[in-house]
Amino acid sequence: MEGDIVQMGAYIGAGLACMGMGGAAVGVGNVAGNFLSGALRNPSAAAGQTATLFIGIAFAEALGIFSFLVALLLMFAV
Amino acid sequence: MADEAHSEGTGLVFHPMDQFIVKPLFGDGPIHWYTITNVTLWMALAVVGVILLLVMGTRRRAIVPTRTQSIAELAYGFIYKMVEDVTGKDGLKYFPYVMTLFIFIVFANFLGLLPMAFTPTSHIAVTAVMAMAVFLGVTILGFVKNGAGFLGLFWVASAPLALRPILALIEVISYFVRPVSHSIRLAGNMMAGHAVIKVFAGFAAITAIAPLSIAAITAMYGLEILVSFIQAYVFTILTCVYLKDALHPAH
Repeated sequence: MEGDIVQMGAYIGAGLACMGMGGAAVGVGNVAGNFLSGALRNPSAAAGQTATLFIGIAFAEALGIFSFLVALLLMFAV
Repeated sequence: MADEAHSEGTGLVFHPMDQFIVKPLFGDGPIHWYTITNVTLWMALAVVGVILLLVMGTRRRAIVPTRTQSIAELAYGFIYKMVEDVTGKDGLKYFPYVMTLFIFIVFANFLGLLPMAFTPTSHIAVTAVMAMAVFLGVTILGFVKNGAGFLGLFWVASAPLALRPILALIEVISYFVRPVSHSIRLAGNMMAGHAVIKVFAGFAAITAIAPLSIAAITAMYGLEILVSFIQAYVFTILTCVYLKDALHPAH
């Protein structure tokens, strides 16, 4: 019984941790969308900024990956 | 928990995470550090692929390049330009290391996309070694090149004085979290993509939605090809960014 409750808590926690990935999705979309709106205003400067775009996306994505990791740990390690 | 899903037999026929199990290639004894496992095999295949592309491809050095040679030259030029753009001229000394990282990750990712293949980069153990090597190398390099001036990386001189200690704390934390995020980003992306494909493959057993799930697998596979390249690119460009911080620590 007690183990069941612990496992239930782990599963609920894993589900809750997935909400963090939604935040990362919003962040990545924000970075890419702002890049696109800037790139359409000045297309000639856009090509030089793709590296910055990917760095920004990577940093925004990292936090979503952390929550994914927490979910995985709860599912398989705890 | 993975075993429970097996024994019940009600859920998926195979577990989506089964593909990431490290198995010895010959027999099934315990795994020691010298045991040849499927990770060893696919990493070796990645190295063979790199050798075939870069060494054999550029062996003839034709003026009019063959297909293999143009791919090798494209990859070389792409990374060379990236290192030059991000770290500046003095970072070009470290170009071979960055190129090695990129080409190995690309090959490991793409070979992992083959059916029945194993993706070494989906394991944190593999990516953490690469990320820690980058982290330690960059930290040592920063101290060797700049001495104590490397600590200026954590002291944001352009901020108001009252804010600087707080910012220094944040900078220190974000510095030490680098190897974690660097390795987990690659491993997490590879693992998540492959697991999603396997989940859709599990739905294909239900006849009514089989065509839908096969279409979904195809779409995910296309996305995975993109992700494989982009994650290798991101890993490399972040290495370049960290290298730039070590070479020019002033904010």
